[in-house]
Amino acid sequence: MGELWSIFIGMALINNIILVKFLGLCPFFGISKKLGIAVNMGVLVTAVMLVASVAGWLIDNYVLAPLNAEYLNIIMYILVIATLVQMIEVFLKRTNYSLYNSFGIYLALIVTNCAVLGIILISNDEGYSFIESLIAALGAGIGFTLVLAIMSGIRERLELADCPRALKGLPIAFITGALLVMAFYGFTGIV
Amino acid sequence: MSGFTKEFIKGLITSNPIFVLALGLCPALATTTSLENALGLSAAVTFVLLASSTMISLIRKFIPGTVRIPVFIIIIATFVTVANMLFQAYIPTIYNALGIYLPLIVAYCIVLGRAEAFASKNKVSRSIADALGIGIGFTLALILIASIREILGTGGISIFGNDLFTLPGLGDNPIYIFILPAGAFLVVGLLLALFRWTGVTKNG
Repeated sequence: MGELWSIFIGMALINNIILVKFLGLCPFFGISKKLGIAVNMGVLVTAVMLVASVAGWLIDNYVLAPLNAEYLNIIMYILVIATLVQMIEVFLKRTNYSLYNSFGIYLALIVTNCAVLGIILISNDEGYSFIESLIAALGAGIGFTLVLAIMSGIRERLELADCPRALKGLPIAFITGALLVMAFYGFTGIV
Repeated sequence: MSGFTKEFIKGLITSNPIFVLALGLCPALATTTSLENALGLSAAVTFVLLASSTMISLIRKFIPGTVRIPVFIIIIATFVTVANMLFQAYIPTIYNALGIYLPLIVAYCIVLGRAEAFASKNKVSRSIADALGIGIGFTLALILIASIREILGTGGISIFGNDLFTLPGLGDNPIYIFILPAGAFLVVGLLLALFRWTGVTKNG
């Protein structure tokens, strides 16, 4: 149990997937201006990460390993993610149309979101068991949502802030990111 | 030939993938802790860009429009696998240092972006020029970021085990923050601002 807890906290806070692993920077800089959208996006990515991790683990252990075809894993992972996102899209469209509409284009963007592929690769690299990779995906997803939500609040203030012209937009967002990482260093060593 | 040169030069400055298009930021931040890693990743990205652009441009007339994106992704994933195996076999130290960022090339928007925006619409020679330009532009940007981070963060530059130089003073007391993730955000943010301030790139 203690080990699972440390994987969870490590993924969510200490080795945050956006701030420390630099995965999923596009939504971090691109769309995180409204808190509602940021949280929705975070929850959606978390869900995709969980399902993708399960699928990735099963494919690794029951398809690729018995066939000695581990070298095909990159192609398999990206196909699994693309298929999953397509399936979630169809499922949401049929069952909860208003939710589907509120996600809009972001749903399709998850395919090229490196955070989802990243979490499968991390679990694979670390040799996590089934439960461990599930916990890692949950932690990474919650960390992703947390940082996206924090950043959306800051971005709203940055829009109005009076900063030098050259720094407006992306550069100041990067520098804010740097300060955010430094704040997250505070979590180092809590587990 | 002038068309070829034009497409090539374009990728270096006016549509530099990192500083102008702001694509491929994940690797630019993650792998620039040392010049060696940055060179390794740039080589892999340039290879994948060049190979997949050539391939996609060659078969662009046979790909049905509705399934083009999955086809592009599979072509890109294949070349990423090739790059992965080459690195593992010939430069294992860099392969280990790059870790998950090497297979992640498959998800970088820069590669799929060029496939969709350029290679699928242009003839082979122009696509090769575009891929080379974008690849080398990416490499130059990564070299710049990595050099700044490595010099400030470790006090000097060492490549493939040889110390190129060590700055007096800084070598004994390097500013560690620059090789930590915070330094990556800071350096890229300030470089973006610098390029805008000097007018190399337009205000976005």
